[in-house]
Amino acid sequence: MKYAYYPGCSLESTAREFGESTTLVAEALGIELVEIPDWNCCGATSGHALDHKLSIALPARTLGIAESMGLDVVAPCAACYNRMKSAEVAMKSDEALRSEINASLAKPYEGKITVRSALEVFTAPEVLKSVAENVRYPLRGLRPACYYGCLLLRPPRVVGFDDPEAPQRLDEAMRVVGAEPVEWYFKNECCGASLGISKSSITVKLTGDIISNAKKHGANCIVTVCPLCMTNLEMRQAAAGKMRGEDLTIPVFYFTELLGLAMEVPGIRKLFASHLVDVNSALDAIDQYQSMPAGVNS
Amino acid sequence: MTSLISDNAQSCCVLSPVQGPAGSELKRRIQELCGENVLECYQCGECTAGCPVAYAMDIAPNQVLRLAQLGLEDEVLSSSAIWLCAGCETCYTRCPKGVALSRVMDACRQLALERGVKPKELSIAKFHDQFLTEVRRFGRVHELTLTALYKMRTRDFFSDVFTGIQMFLKGKLALIPSLVKGRDEIRKLFARPRRGSSEK
Amino acid sequence: MRIGVFVCWCGSNIAKTVDVEKVVEAAREMPGVVYATDYKYMCSEPGQNIIQDAIKEHKLDRIVVASCSPRLHEPTFQRCVEAAGLNPYMVEMANIREQCSWVHDRTPEATQHAIDLVRMAVAKVAKNEPLTRSRLGITRKALVIGGGVAGIQAALDIADAGYPVVLVERTPSIGGHMAQYDKTFPTLDCAACILTPKMVDCASHPLIEIWSYSEVEEVNGFVGNFEVKVRRRAKSVDESKCTGCGLCLEKCPVKDIPSEFDEGTGTRRAIYRPFPQSVPNKPVIDRDHCRYFQTGKCGVCQKICPVGAIDYEQQDQVVTEKFGAIVVATGFDVWRDERAMAQFGYGKYPDVISSLQFERLMNASGPTDGKIVRPSDGKTPRSIAFISCVGSRDEEHGYPYCSKVCCMYNAKQALLAKDKLHDVQTYVFYMDIRANGKGYEEFVRRTIEEYGANYIRGRVSRVYPDGDQLVVKGADTLLGRPLEVRVDLVVLATAMKPHDDAKELARKLGISTDQYDWFSEAHPKLRPVEVLTDGIYLAGACQYPKDIPDTVAQASGAASKVVGLFSKEAILSEAMTAYVNEDTCVGCGLCVEVCPFGAIELVEVVDREKSTRDNQVMKKVARVNEGVCKGCGTCAAACRSGSARLRGFDTKQILAEIDALADAALAGRQ
Repeated sequence: MKYAYYPGCSLESTAREFGESTTLVAEALGIELVEIPDWNCCGATSGHALDHKLSIALPARTLGIAESMGLDVVAPCAACYNRMKSAEVAMKSDEALRSEINASLAKPYEGKITVRSALEVFTAPEVLKSVAENVRYPLRGLRPACYYGCLLLRPPRVVGFDDPEAPQRLDEAMRVVGAEPVEWYFKNECCGASLGISKSSITVKLTGDIISNAKKHGANCIVTVCPLCMTNLEMRQAAAGKMRGEDLTIPVFYFTELLGLAMEVPGIRKLFASHLVDVNSALDAIDQYQSMPAGVNS
Repeated sequence: MTSLISDNAQSCCVLSPVQGPAGSELKRRIQELCGENVLECYQCGECTAGCPVAYAMDIAPNQVLRLAQLGLEDEVLSSSAIWLCAGCETCYTRCPKGVALSRVMDACRQLALERGVKPKELSIAKFHDQFLTEVRRFGRVHELTLTALYKMRTRDFFSDVFTGIQMFLKGKLALIPSLVKGRDEIRKLFARPRRGSSEK
Repeated sequence: MRIGVFVCWCGSNIAKTVDVEKVVEAAREMPGVVYATDYKYMCSEPGQNIIQDAIKEHKLDRIVVASCSPRLHEPTFQRCVEAAGLNPYMVEMANIREQCSWVHDRTPEATQHAIDLVRMAVAKVAKNEPLTRSRLGITRKALVIGGGVAGIQAALDIADAGYPVVLVERTPSIGGHMAQYDKTFPTLDCAACILTPKMVDCASHPLIEIWSYSEVEEVNGFVGNFEVKVRRRAKSVDESKCTGCGLCLEKCPVKDIPSEFDEGTGTRRAIYRPFPQSVPNKPVIDRDHCRYFQTGKCGVCQKICPVGAIDYEQQDQVVTEKFGAIVVATGFDVWRDERAMAQFGYGKYPDVISSLQFERLMNASGPTDGKIVRPSDGKTPRSIAFISCVGSRDEEHGYPYCSKVCCMYNAKQALLAKDKLHDVQTYVFYMDIRANGKGYEEFVRRTIEEYGANYIRGRVSRVYPDGDQLVVKGADTLLGRPLEVRVDLVVLATAMKPHDDAKELARKLGISTDQYDWFSEAHPKLRPVEVLTDGIYLAGACQYPKDIPDTVAQASGAASKVVGLFSKEAILSEAMTAYVNEDTCVGCGLCVEVCPFGAIELVEVVDREKSTRDNQVMKKVARVNEGVCKGCGTCAAACRSGSARLRGFDTKQILAEIDALADAALAGRQ
C-alpha cells in the first residue's frame, strides 16, 4: 500500500504530533507514505471564506503534483482533507472549471487520483485487522470520547466515508486497540474551528459544551482527527471550565497517537511531551489495567 | 446598488420592485459565485436550529437566506452572521432542500469585500485576509508569522500570549517559514480568480 | 367520394389568428371536397346540426372538422356523424387550434399552416375505411386489493349494488392502518368505533368473500375479463373448524415477537391475530417464528385446540379467478429509514418514537391499555415534543412531497395527550400548518388555544439524550433564534410512503406509477379514480397521501365506476386497434416486447401442410388481443416486416398525409 502524503501546514508545526504519529504508524503497518514534493497550503477555511475559485485552485495544484506521481493522496488533517476532497469533487464534476484552473497549473489535475483521510485509510477493514494483530499494549482503562468534529463528515455529498449523524469508524478503531469509547452526544458538533483565533469567545463556549458532555458520559480523554479541534480543545479548556464553573481538564489525543501507543511504535510516547494538556491521567488509567490480571476488564 | 431600501433591521422593510435583472442582482451574483439558488430555501429554520454559532449572530442563518431572497443586499452583506459562520456544514448536511448555506455565506463574504462593505466582524475578516496573504507569500502558512501579523493588524497583542510561548517552547511553532518553490505558480492562482481584499 | 370540410372559429381562439374564410375557400379546391363551410362553434348543437344537415343535403361520405385537438372532441364529432348515418371512423380532425392558432401570431403563414393541416386531413380521410367495435362480455364480479378502510368501503358499495366482491388482504386481518389509530381528527371519533362495524359488515355480507393472508400473484386479461391468480397463504388453522376461542393465543410459548400491528410497541405470539377485533377473527401461525415449524418440536397449540383446527400440513393455495373489474386499495407504508433519521436518534433512543407508535400507546386496546408512557422506563411523560415533516417535504433525506395528514394528527395527538395527562407540556415543531379540510383549521386552533400546545415554527436539527430526558435542538424562525427544549418523549411525524413492493404490484396489474411509486391516475383532475388501463380503479392512499374522508370518498367513487361498468350490457372494444398480417409475420417477437399494454403474444400456427408426409410445418406469429390493445401504434412502428398495422392509421393513410403536404410545397408555395 502506497500513498502520496499531504501533511499540510499544521502537521509541520502546531500539530507536529499528528504528522509524526501518522508517519510512524503508517510505517509500522507497512503503508508507504511519499510526501508530495513542493505541496502548498489547501487554503483552509479562509480560502473558501473569501474566494470560492481559489479554494479549489489551491488544492488542485497539489492534486496535480500527486497525480503525476500516480498515487492517491492521504491527508490526515480533517480540514485539509475536506478542502482537498471538495476540490477533487469540483474538478471532477465541473469540466469548465477544471480546464480554467488546469490552465494555470504546471501539473494539471484530471481527476485520476482520489483523496483519503488518514482515518479512512487506517480504519479500512484489512488495515484495522493488521492494527489488531499488532496491539502489544491494549488501551484497556482508556475511555475516550471519540470526537469527529465537522470537516471529516460534512458535507456527506463531498466527504462521507462515515455516517454524518452517527459516525462509527473512530469508535471502531478505538475498540480494536482495547479502549472503551464512551457513548456521548457531541461527537459531530463544531468546536468553532478557525474562530479559535479570531473570535475565541465562541470557541470557549463550544469547546466547553463538547468537553462537558464528554466528561459527563465518563470519558477520561478525547480523541480527535483534526489539528484545529485539538488546538481548540486543548487551548480553551481552562477558560471554558472557568466559564461553566466545571473542571473541564481532559487530555486530548490524535487517534494516530493512540494507535501507535497500543502498537508500541517506537517514538510515539515522546510526542506526548508536546501536548499542551498533560496526558498522564489517561496513561495512568491504562497502566492501572495493565497491572491487573487479564479478564478483569470484561 | 440595491433595488430594495432598508435603513436598519428594526425599521419596516420597504421593497421597491425594480424590473429586469437589477431586481434580482443579489440572487444572481450569489448563484454565480457558489451555484446556490437562494429561492430553493423554504425557510424551515433547520439551519438556525443546528448552527453552533447562531446564538452569537445578529441575524439568524435562515434570515440571511430570507434577506437574500428579498434582495435586501445591504442588510445581508453588513451582517455579522456571514462572518461568524464557522463553515461547519451542519446546515448543508441537514437542509431538507439541499441548500448549501455555508457556500452562500462564503459568497456573501466575497460580495461584501467586492462591494467595499465594511465587515461587521473585522477581526475575523482580517484573520482570513492575513491567512491568504501568507499563502500567497510562502505557498504555505507559517503559523508564527500568521499569528504575529494578525495580532499586529488587530492591535491585540496580549491574548493567548502564554499559550503561544508554551507552543513555541514545545517546538510547535517553527521559526523559519517553509517555502514552496512554485510560489510564482501559486501567485498566478491568486491572480486568475479575481479576489477582493479588505485592504486596498 | 364526397368530402365535407367544416372549419371552426372556436370563438376567437382560432379566428383571431387564422383567416377562417380563406381556409374554407382553399378547402373547396382540395381533391374530393364537395362542400366546405365555417361556423363559430362547430362543437355546439347548432354547429353539429350544420354538419348533419350537410351530410344529408350534399350526400357527404367523409368529413373533416378543422378545429381543436381530437383528444378533446373527436368522440363528439364521431357521435355527430354516426347520428347522420355515417360510420364514425369516417371523420378526421385537423387541429388548427393547439397546433396552429395558439402558437402563431396572425400572419398569412398562420392561415397557410391551417390550410396545410386541412389538406393533410382531407388526404387522409379519403383513405379511411369504416371500422367497427366489437362487443365483449363482462364478468360481473369485482376484485378489491387491500383491506384497509378504502378497500372495505369499495367492497361494501359494490356488494350493496348487487355484485359479488373478493376482498384480498395481505395481513391476517382487514382493517388496515385505520384500525391502529386511537381517535380520528377533527371529530375525535374513536377509529375502532367507526371502523369495526364496517369490518363486520364485510365479513357478514353475502356477496363479499374476504381472502385474508393472501396476495395477488398474476393478472391477465382486460376490462370485463380479468383472470387473476391469488396466493392464499397457509394459515395453518382450519377456518371451518376454528371457533376463534383464543385458547391457543394464550398458550403459545413464543411470546416475544414484536407486533407489527402495535408497531413494535408490544409483542405477539407465533400463533396470533393482529388485534382482538380482527376480521376474520381466527388466528394464523407465523411459520417464520413458530417453534414447531422451526425446530419440529412443540405442537402446544395443536394439543390445546378443543376443536382440532390446527393443521400444520396446510399448504399455500394458488387460486385463479375471473373478475370484471379491479379496485386497487393497497394504501401506504410509513417511512422507517433509521439511518436517514439519525439526527433524531430514531431507532437508537427508545423514547424517540413514530406517530403511529404513539397512536398505539394512546389506544385503549394497545399494549399499554391506552396509558401514555415512555417506552424506556414506563414513566408518564411530563413533556412531549411532536416533530412534523420527518421525511416529508425533505427531498434530501426523504420525500419532497407533503404527507398531507401529519399537521392534523400532530394537533390531534397534542390535544389527546393533554386530555389524558393534564399537566403535560406539549411542543409541536412545524414548518407550516396545513389544515385544509372541513373543521380542520378550527381543530388546530382548539389544540393551541384551549389545550395549550406550544406551536414552534421551525424545523428540528437534532435530538439527543441528556440524563433521562431528550434535548430537542430546534429554532423559532418567528423569533429568528435557535431554541432548545428538554422533553421526556419525542414523537416523529414520519412520512407516508408507497409500499416497497408497490412497483411490483403495478407491474402485475400493468398500471403505471409516479416517481415515488404511488399509482398514477388517468388524469389528475378529471379522472382521479381511474388508471390508464380500463377496468382498474384506485382508492385511497395507494395513489397519494390521503386522510380518511378523502380515502372513503375515493373508494365510493371507485365503487361507482365498477358498478357503472357492471351495469352495461357489454363492453365495446376499441376500433382503432393493431392487427398482424400472419402471412408476412416472421415471429421475431419485437412487438411483444415493445407493447406497453401486454396486448400481443406469440402463438403457434400452421405454416403449411406437408404433402408428402402427414405432418405440418408450424411457425410462430404475433397475435393482438383486441380487448387489451389501446391503439398506440408502437408495434406498427417497431415491426420490421411491416406486418403489424394499426387500424385508422394505416401506412397508406399516413403516406397520403405526407404526400399532400409535399405536393403543396412542390406546387410552388411562394
